Amino acid sequence: MEEIYIGDYSLLGKNIPRIDAYEKVTGEAKYAADIELPGMLWCKILRSPLPHAKILNIDISRAKRLTGVKAVCTAKDFKGFRWGWMPITRDEPPLAEDKVRFYGEGVAAVAAIDEETAEEALELIKVDYEELPGVFDPEEALKEGAPVVHDYRPNNISWEFHMDFGDVEKGFKEADLVREDRFATGRVITGFLEPPAAVALWDSSGITIWAAKQSPYFVYRHLAQCFNLPLNKVRVIQPFVGGGFGGTKNDSVAGDFCSVLFSKMTGKPVKFVYKMEEVFLTCRRRHNAIIYNKMGMKKDGTITAMQSRLIADGGAYTAIGPLTMYLTGCISTLPYKLPNFKHDAYRVFTNNPVGAAMRGHGVTHTRFAAEIQMDMMAEELGLDPMEIRLKNAIEAPHVTINRVTIFSCGLKDGLLKLKDHPLWKERKKEKKGNEIISGVGISGVAYLGGARQRGHQSCAAVLRLCEDGTVEYLTGATDAGQGSDTVLTQIVAEELGLSIEHVDIHRVDTAYTPCDAGSYGSRVTALAGEAAMKAARDLKRQLADYAAKEWNVSPGDIVFKNNKVYPKHMPDKAIPFRKLAQIACYSGVGAVIIGKGYSQYGIEPYDFEKGMGNAGTAYSFTSQLTRVEVDQETGFTRCTDMIIAHDCGKPLNPGLVESQNQGAGVQGLGQAIYEEFVMDRGRTLNANLADYKMPTAVDAPNIEVIHILTDDPNVPYGAKEASEGAIVSSPPSVISAIHDATGIWFKELPVTPEKIALALREKKKE
Amino acid sequence: MEKKEIRFKINGENIVISIKPNKTLLEMIREDLKLTGTKEACDHGECGACTVLMNGVPVNSCLVLAMEAHGKEILTIEGLKQNNRLDPIQEAFIQNTGMQCGFCTPGMIMSTKALLNRNSKPSDDEIKEAIAGNLCRCTGYTKIFESIKDASSKIGGK
Repeated sequence: MEEIYIGDYSLLGKNIPRIDAYEKVTGEAKYAADIELPGMLWCKILRSPLPHAKILNIDISRAKRLTGVKAVCTAKDFKGFRWGWMPITRDEPPLAEDKVRFYGEGVAAVAAIDEETAEEALELIKVDYEELPGVFDPEEALKEGAPVVHDYRPNNISWEFHMDFGDVEKGFKEADLVREDRFATGRVITGFLEPPAAVALWDSSGITIWAAKQSPYFVYRHLAQCFNLPLNKVRVIQPFVGGGFGGTKNDSVAGDFCSVLFSKMTGKPVKFVYKMEEVFLTCRRRHNAIIYNKMGMKKDGTITAMQSRLIADGGAYTAIGPLTMYLTGCISTLPYKLPNFKHDAYRVFTNNPVGAAMRGHGVTHTRFAAEIQMDMMAEELGLDPMEIRLKNAIEAPHVTINRVTIFSCGLKDGLLKLKDHPLWKERKKEKKGNEIISGVGISGVAYLGGARQRGHQSCAAVLRLCEDGTVEYLTGATDAGQGSDTVLTQIVAEELGLSIEHVDIHRVDTAYTPCDAGSYGSRVTALAGEAAMKAARDLKRQLADYAAKEWNVSPGDIVFKNNKVYPKHMPDKAIPFRKLAQIACYSGVGAVIIGKGYSQYGIEPYDFEKGMGNAGTAYSFTSQLTRVEVDQETGFTRCTDMIIAHDCGKPLNPGLVESQNQGAGVQGLGQAIYEEFVMDRGRTLNANLADYKMPTAVDAPNIEVIHILTDDPNVPYGAKEASEGAIVSSPPSVISAIHDATGIWFKELPVTPEKIALALREKKKE
Repeated sequence: MEKKEIRFKINGENIVISIKPNKTLLEMIREDLKLTGTKEACDHGECGACTVLMNGVPVNSCLVLAMEAHGKEILTIEGLKQNNRLDPIQEAFIQNTGMQCGFCTPGMIMSTKALLNRNSKPSDDEIKEAIAGNLCRCTGYTKIFESIKDASSKIGGK
């Protein structure tokens, strides 16, 4: 880890150790499952053994009579409450109402004195089902006469988006080569290690819940709606969070609603912790998608048009799916020049578990298809995959055909660094072995940071100055592991000229912290960071007024540096920051010094219907080289190296940015060659970490991260996103490497050893 | 189920406790001894988050019955600090950012402790092998390898 010079800062660009590292290496850090309250009950959920069935009757009487059982609930206790991303898509009840729509959906829940008793009680609940024909493939679900998952969507189309820019037909006519291919991305899970968990307490002050959430203000609103309480009676307290990656921990789960309800019914605190099997069977997963992609290219490699039709498996409920569909298209016009673009995205209901957001949200599907197809066409035209990218790469400033505006772009710079890298330069020299063959692949992608949704967008910060010069920092943003608490604290301390240990960031407690949209879409450093910067400047401005009076200078001339304060050009007059804090706090009868700020980037309107405008505040650019070794006999692929050239603008903590890229690179490797849910009629057959293969330490390649520095005016200190780019760049670069080794193009993820071995055998026959 | 009394040492402290024979070591550590630094993730011995040392050997405490602790010495993440000083492994994980969410960290550090106890200068492959049973979804493992190498050089340097 090296420092990166990004400006004259004391803390930014430096590898400040994570502020939560001590708690995490000592076991002190408390996660939701570690919390225990006196008299606490355990909540367990009974789950459907069928993927699609009418619920005829639920008999809870025997369960209720079991000693130790304190309460049992079913859907009717929630009085018709349903939640969802948009008002018109609120289709998901905490527990199934009249029918179950996926295997493992909650149908009833129990609260008992301990986990064992709760589990025993579940077995005493009798549910009568009438099984309905199910539909498990999104293309099947679109056919006439397919079983209908939701009556309000008789054609099973949960959501659709249509984007049409320029004239694709004209573009295809101008092309020398037009290709159409069918690509597919896999059924994968976010893969956090900490299962969803919470402890809920209902008392006279309302709801208090300690919940494992990466965006706690979602569950805050959901609980207020569900239990018809004002927001100031809902208190979500954020313990440490054991990973998020979008989807499940951005949302509410059945356990949240049931444990709160049980606490209301019993007056006791109620805890739930999902088993890993429940996570695999029932939690949000990435949509798997089929992408029909058509691209037009001139002989020299210029892309003339692209048309995509995407069909995504939405599973049983809408969740955040409309945004997923939007993201599959809205930045397909990046990172290569594209004059004509048409996109039709269909999110389709099936009787599978729910598809939702995951790191690299939406973009990963269509960019995978476009990257591989571009390589296939380059091969047909005899063009080099590096040159075709350099030829088409956009440069800042740039406005795409759908009005995405780019102020900074490090794509070309990154590609040129990769072009010069020994891994690329010497790839042809490598002798192909007999058994093991090797290959190097490349990709270049873009991702948005500071993502916007409809509704509340802003992040805010409140800084409370203590009389001894320390600062309490309240933010609504959540660090689910990515390191944002450290980066945000760096920002506040930098602005105030303080050492990092003088600023104490507080994890979310909705009773005190300002409302925040959430930790998704790479928005924390961009937007919570902007709020932190502004709050610190607000605090500094107030302090400068006191200091200016002391020295009889203008407030603008007060310098805050190295825990000291002094008038510009008079550093010998410096007083400790702590002294100024005391003067300010003790002035008059005693002043209250609070700094506040909120984010304002990205407030210009964008057209969500047409797919036009900026869904993010700034865009990162990632290019990646991957080297693989493929065993010709078994098809087993080992990834040996990844070189990730990532334009995060200005890395505020380079080590954390590297770690984000490394993690995303390996997560993307999992998607490319290892991970896939094995499904049988809606049932997940490999619902555990032994059979669902996430990359282990042995599978991890050597990863080199190259920081590409750019300067973007639309994010604080020029810091753009990290990691969502690399999870998008990773799969196509891995697949392109496998092609380089085998000569075969694989278009469906994951590319497992079986697929490779079979394809190699077919190839031999030819 | 009738409880049985067992005696063992955990983090240097002698314990006498009556425990149900079907309880796992992990459940006893977290629920009865309130040492919540040891994490439960998969509960099937697949992820390594619950790794503790039993007589110096790393075990998935979710797969070991509490009864098996009888007469043994258990070390958990809480027991690594000596006289309020962090273990060099803990220092190295802090300095090299060997974590993100931290949920795998206690198990990862305990596996590292066992490795460096038996082999203070492990090769890259030996490091990978030693933590092959500890899943991490956040870091891509790079900074964990770097932390372990740094810890090894700190310990070996003594």
